[in-house]
Parts: sequence; structure tokens; C-alpha cells
Amino acid sequence: MITFERVSKRFEGGHDALRDVSFEIGADELVFLTGHSGAGKTTLLRLVMLLERPTRGRVVVNGRDVSRIARRGIPAHRREVGVVFQNHRLLFDRSVFDNVALPLYIAGYDHREVGKRVRAALDKVGLLRHERAMPVTLSGGEQQRVGIARAVVGRPPVLLADEPTGNLDPALSAEIMTLFEDFSRVGVTVLIASHDLALISRLRHRIITLREGRLMGAPA
Amino acid sequence: MAARPARREGARREGARVQRTRVSHRFNAWVRHHRLSAADSLRRVLERPTASLLTWLVVGIALALPVSLALSLDNLRALGGRVDSQAQLSVFLRPAVDAVAGQALAEELGQRAEIAAATFRSREEALEEFRARSGFSDVLGGLEDNPLPHLLLVVPRDPAQAAALAEEIGALATVDEVILDLAWLERLRRLTELGARLVLVAALLLAAGVLLVLGNTIRLAVEGRREEIEVTRLVGASDAFVRRPFLYSGLWYGIGGGVVAALLVAAVFAALRGPVAQLAEAYGADWRLAGLGLIDAFGLVLAGGALGLIAAWLAVGRHLRLDPGELPGN
Repeated sequence: MITFERVSKRFEGGHDALRDVSFEIGADELVFLTGHSGAGKTTLLRLVMLLERPTRGRVVVNGRDVSRIARRGIPAHRREVGVVFQNHRLLFDRSVFDNVALPLYIAGYDHREVGKRVRAALDKVGLLRHERAMPVTLSGGEQQRVGIARAVVGRPPVLLADEPTGNLDPALSAEIMTLFEDFSRVGVTVLIASHDLALISRLRHRIITLREGRLMGAPA
Repeated sequence: MAARPARREGARREGARVQRTRVSHRFNAWVRHHRLSAADSLRRVLERPTASLLTWLVVGIALALPVSLALSLDNLRALGGRVDSQAQLSVFLRPAVDAVAGQALAEELGQRAEIAAATFRSREEALEEFRARSGFSDVLGGLEDNPLPHLLLVVPRDPAQAAALAEEIGALATVDEVILDLAWLERLRRLTELGARLVLVAALLLAAGVLLVLGNTIRLAVEGRREEIEVTRLVGASDAFVRRPFLYSGLWYGIGGGVVAALLVAAVFAALRGPVAQLAEAYGADWRLAGLGLIDAFGLVLAGGALGLIAAWLAVGRHLRLDPGELPGN
């Protein structure tokens, strides 16, 4: 579902964020991406969602070589990749419902369908009764769950999460991870960047470790 | 190997989605987003009445200025045209020429093909007319002698040949002087031409000013909604989707400015109409000031809207070229 073939990313100024990274993640798989900050986790995620282009190598997402996707095709690609951000990136001028509905409005869903799907997604993350609430009235964990609902509401085949538990206490973090495991179980490919080793090692999923832009323990 | 069935599954899921968002749904969603963007933008414009009113006034004044100038110029041209078509030669006869000879000359000239009409006006008639019109009757009454010569008024068939005709008539022995009132007309024509050029330059400069003002207003709106733009782009919004609400904002600002401009021009010309009519009356002309017509006013509003759209397009375009949001860290 996500394939990296000898991918390198060098930023202007000569910083090598990723060096010769290769891996493959199948559908239904949940994979953790770990490493110190600055190891290249975020860059890797940005390559998948086409916020960056690789300097060398090939990134294949959902069967498509993303380097072949022209600028015009990027929005359609992003609708195939749900993303959960560490700081939620919710819009505070609108309700929980409207935040979650945003990807559906953009994709052009019929508004009855929007209502159905938004409620299904909110129900999944346990926030259905907060649909009319403004995000600022919610706790950090609830805000993060709104962010997750927004990421999955369009039923993307690929779900990325960048430090989704970064600001949460261990109990809430475990809860959030359970949610991701549920999505993985229904066929979504999940890639979670996290440096919370204690948490992710308990969860018995594949772990990809980056150090200074290189993959650790990868087959040579 | 494991990726292969996965790919098929992904394709199947995608296929199902495509079916759900059929073309008609997409079209409806597109129309709905237009409606939402238009309404939301209008709400945002009206939410800040003072700022919006100021923008409208700036745009309105900037549009009203060249339009008022152009209208004044049109009026001047219309006036020039009326006088132009009545171009006539004033032929002053030598003092020695008497009324009978003058009458005969008038008849002779009147029969020529290139002359539409030639009328004789005796010195007595001229004095009478002068006395009646100028209000100098007391002064003129004190004169012992009539200082005015006999006069022929000659109207050429083709105003363009007036100058040649004046020269020809001027060469006659009985003619003292021919005054062709075309010189000032020519000057007026040149001046209106220069005026038209100046109005064009002013209009271009002020349109550029309007673009900058509106562009800056939209740019501030874009800055204020930066987070929203970044997030919508991260979840798959196209450039058109991001641009749409701002295009509507530009449209509302521009249309509002156009309405203000039309009102200003109408007000200016309404204020001028009375004095101009009095002035025309004093000159014995039944000439009226032509203001802004309904169609012109509508055009002005449309022009304002077009400028707003262009300004918004440029302002948002600048932003869209930048990288969409940053992910935190690394």
C-alpha cells in the first residue's frame, strides 16, 4: 500500500532528511515509525502526502507512483490519504461537525451523505454527542479524536498520524492507539509516527526506526 | 507480493466511492459550494461594516473620478459637435459698401453650390441686436455714429471646407474681413482629444489603484484565514476550492465600490445640472448636461466587480504558489 524504494530527501542547504530508505507496508497493516526528533519521521510522512517530493527514489502509495502525480492531481491524492496531526489542526471557528465534514465538502459529497458519514465517524471516536460543540470547549484528547474522525471520514485507504499522542497522558494515548488498531482491522493501512516507545512496543505491530534519515535494522 | 491483493482492494473501495459521488452529485456540490462561498463571503464583508464601507468608498471614489471626467468630456464633445455643425463665416464688408451691394453679394453667394445659406445683416440690424443682447444700450445710445459694418452670415455646406471658403471670400474687393469661428472649435476638439487621453491615463492609474487596494484587502483576508486554507489544502482541497470564497469577497467589494461610484457620479451630475442649465440658458442654448445612464451605471458596477475578481485572483494566486501547510517538527 505504501512502498518506498531507495528514497532520499535532501533539503536546500544540504541537510539530508532521509537517506536511501526502502520499505513496504501492506494493506491492513499498522506500522509504527519511530526515531528521535529530527530523524526524518515527519519528512517521510510529508513525502507520502505529497507535501514534499523525494530527491531520489520512488514512493508508491495505493499502487500509484506519486512522482507521476502532477500538481493538479495532488488534492485528489490527499483525499486518499487521511492525516492526523499532533496539534490536531482543527478549525476553531466552526463546530465539531463542520470540522469533521470538511473533507467531505471538499470531495463534493451529497449533504445527506455528509451527515451520515460525519455521525458515523464521530460515533466511532465516541464524540457523537459533541457534534454541535465548538472544538475549543473540548479536552486535548477529545480534540485529537475529532482530528482522527476528520482523517477517516472520507474512508481513505491510507491513514497517517504524526505523533498523535504527543500531548496526551498514557491512558488517553492507549485509547487513541486502540482506535487506530480498529481502523487497521477494517482494511485501512495505518502509519503512525511516534517516539513513545513504551507505548508502541506494547502494541506488537511492526516498527520502522529511523536514525539520522536511515532505516535501522532494515535488510541490507 | 502482499501488496498485490491490497492494491485490488484499494481499487475496489475507490470504485465504490466514485459511484457514490456521481457527476450530478459533484455538480450539485460544486453549485452548493459556490452558494456557500458567496453567502459566507458576503457575511464576512457585512460583519465588518466600517472597514467594508471604507473599502467601498475608496473603490467608489477611484472609479467615480475617471467616469465623471469621461462624462464631462462627452458633454463637451456633444457641445462641440452642435456648434461644429453650425459652423458659419462672419463676413464683414468694407464701410464703403452700402446695403444694396451687400444684399446683392449675399444673393450671389447664396447661389453657389458649396454654400448652404448666406444672409445679409445690415449695420442697423447688427447694432439693434447688439444693443438688445449685450445690455450696453446706454453706452451705445451715447454714440453719434454706428461703428458696425454691414455683415454677411455665410453657412458652408461642408464645415470642413469652411477655411478655404473664408480665404476665397476674404479675397473679394468688397470684403473687409472674414472671421471663421472654427479656430476655437479646432482648439476645443484638440483639447477634448487631449482630455480623452488624460482620462484614459487617469482611468488606468486609478484602476491599478483599485486593484492594489482590493488586492491588499483580500491579502489580509487570506492572511486571517491562513490556518483554514492550509488545513483545507491538507485534506485535499483544490486551488479552485480555496480560491472561491476569496473571489466572492473580491466580487462583493468590487460591486459595492461600483455602486458607490455610480451613486457618486449621479450625485455630482445632479448637483451640476441646475447651474449648467442656467449657464446654457444665459447663452441662449437649449443644452442639457447628460448624466450617467442606467446601462452605464450597470456597466460601472460590473467593472467594479470585474476589478474585484481580478484583484482577488491575483492576491490568492500569490498565496497558492507557496507551500501549503507545514507539519510541525522535523
